[in-house]
Amino acid sequence: MSNSVISPPIENVKPTVTQRIASRRTAGKRKDFKQDTGTGYLFIAPWLFGFFLFSAIPIAISLWLAFTNYDIFGNWQYVGLDNFQRMFFQDVRYGHALSATFKFVAIGVPLRLIFALGIAVLMNTHRRGVSFYRAAFYAPSIIGGSVAVAVMWRQLFGSDGLFNAVIGGLGIPPTNWLGNPQTAIWTLILLSVWQFGSPMLIFLAGLKQIPAELYEAASIDGANGWRKFLRITLPLLTPIIFFNLILQLIGGFKVFTQAFIITGGTPLDTTLFYSLYLYQRAFNSYELGYASAMAWVLLAIIAVLTAISFKLSSFWVFYESKEG
Amino acid sequence: MEITHSVPIQAETLRISHRNQKRFNTVLYHGSVIIATVIMLYPILWLFASSFKGQDEIWTNVNSLIPKTLHFENYTNGWAGFGGISFAVFFKNSFIYAGVGTLFAVTASALVAYGFARLRFRGKSFWFTLMLLTLMLPSQVLIVPQYIIFNKLNWIDTFLPLLVPRLGGDAFFIFMIMQFIRAIPFDLDEAALVDGCSRRGIFFRIILPQLKPALITAAIFSFYWTWEDFLQPLLYLNDPHLQTVSVALRSFADPSSASDWGAIFAMLGLSLVPVFIIFIFFQRYLVEGIATTGLKG
Repeated sequence: MSNSVISPPIENVKPTVTQRIASRRTAGKRKDFKQDTGTGYLFIAPWLFGFFLFSAIPIAISLWLAFTNYDIFGNWQYVGLDNFQRMFFQDVRYGHALSATFKFVAIGVPLRLIFALGIAVLMNTHRRGVSFYRAAFYAPSIIGGSVAVAVMWRQLFGSDGLFNAVIGGLGIPPTNWLGNPQTAIWTLILLSVWQFGSPMLIFLAGLKQIPAELYEAASIDGANGWRKFLRITLPLLTPIIFFNLILQLIGGFKVFTQAFIITGGTPLDTTLFYSLYLYQRAFNSYELGYASAMAWVLLAIIAVLTAISFKLSSFWVFYESKEG
Repeated sequence: MEITHSVPIQAETLRISHRNQKRFNTVLYHGSVIIATVIMLYPILWLFASSFKGQDEIWTNVNSLIPKTLHFENYTNGWAGFGGISFAVFFKNSFIYAGVGTLFAVTASALVAYGFARLRFRGKSFWFTLMLLTLMLPSQVLIVPQYIIFNKLNWIDTFLPLLVPRLGGDAFFIFMIMQFIRAIPFDLDEAALVDGCSRRGIFFRIILPQLKPALITAAIFSFYWTWEDFLQPLLYLNDPHLQTVSVALRSFADPSSASDWGAIFAMLGLSLVPVFIIFIFFQRYLVEGIATTGLKG
């Protein structure tokens, strides 16, 4: 599955007057409604069934597995904190996986957001053809997670691929982009940046909420385009930037298919992303206990980074209500 | 005379320079945006161009988007598949997975969303909070224990591990449809209730017909995610006759054995066609779905 939803960013920013009245009215009337526990549980029964069988029980099993050396044949022993000790102090490849993943997220996510915002600003106009341009910029994102695109990307950066042919026309000698430990991760970062469509659409929806009067007032005061962007667009957009940042951060740690197909973690583990290494431990060397321990550490990493982001957000995210 | 003359002349030159400036901006805008779209779309166009190229030019005439001669046989060669299994089988499997999976997920999500959005029952806020928490859970935590469970149930090499979990709905879609139901005026429910309609009747007669846009959006995303899903079919469908397109493409394009790259590009391209068709017809729903809930496409 893909990204998570934290809160709907646009719709709930500012409820319209009619919405507010409507919600007040429904809140009042809802009290007249009788509680009907039977029907309620009947409707949410599918989710309860799915939750217990495919989330709650697996979570409990996974937590138990993390403290065992369970293998594919079902043999296991309780090993205490051994898995975690091995991860942090003995497993060199785990360190490679961490650094590859952090590098991918730390470079890929900001680049993706910068492109998303830049293009969204360009798309926030009533010029002719803009809906075609928007579709063209979004198109790579709808196919980006597929195996077909991953194979295409691998061939694109292969020794006799398109990329070498294009830069060859500029006089740059061909390179083995995927085989070189310096460059391999950049092909994956580029693939992720290429798919800036979703954050772009979220930015675009946010840009449309900024009142035009603000720009008109700034123009009268003699502000140029760049100044208006820095002083009006960026501050008003910070809640959306924050929302996108969280989504991309979480998504960045889960990248799997592309690395699996394009590089398989090579060369020298420079693209051995966390999910890929977890998969290899679980299903190539059948260390299901160790892989489960890795999954819980991933959960902790994501939780801590998200918490830090929320803490830091008060320094740079601008909320209108606070200022007013 | 001279003074009165100079004012209109200045205004005229200003107006001309302003108009020129505007025209220059328009040209600059379209010029740069078109260059950017070409760069963005070039890899996709290259993929489709290569699917028509002959074996002789596919890696020699790499950057051309126009094949010297059109090789339609790439598609028939690719469709023939590998290991005696044609791509018809793989596409059929993918359509089963994506079609049935989407039907299950969207139907269940709509029912659950109505329960959470409109009905009052004990423990509701507890379950709702729990559901929001599952949204935060990385799927990596569930992969290993789910594999063990499905293995124990002897569900490997069947579609059951892929489809049965979807009967529980999907927290993303439940949340999205709930937002939509909340926007439907409560007066309609009330009127129906006064007329003697049951809660179930309200859902099927009042709410469901109005949910069409939300259901279409959920269905599109569900179809996309399932169509491109790679990990689950890889884990649970080992029998080559049960493989989906995404898993088959990986074997078909295996760098150590692949030779007929024209046929490979043809099948890569073909696997994207359903996605593009949906994109062209339902773009509006996609854009709104992402903009309002942050769902990733």
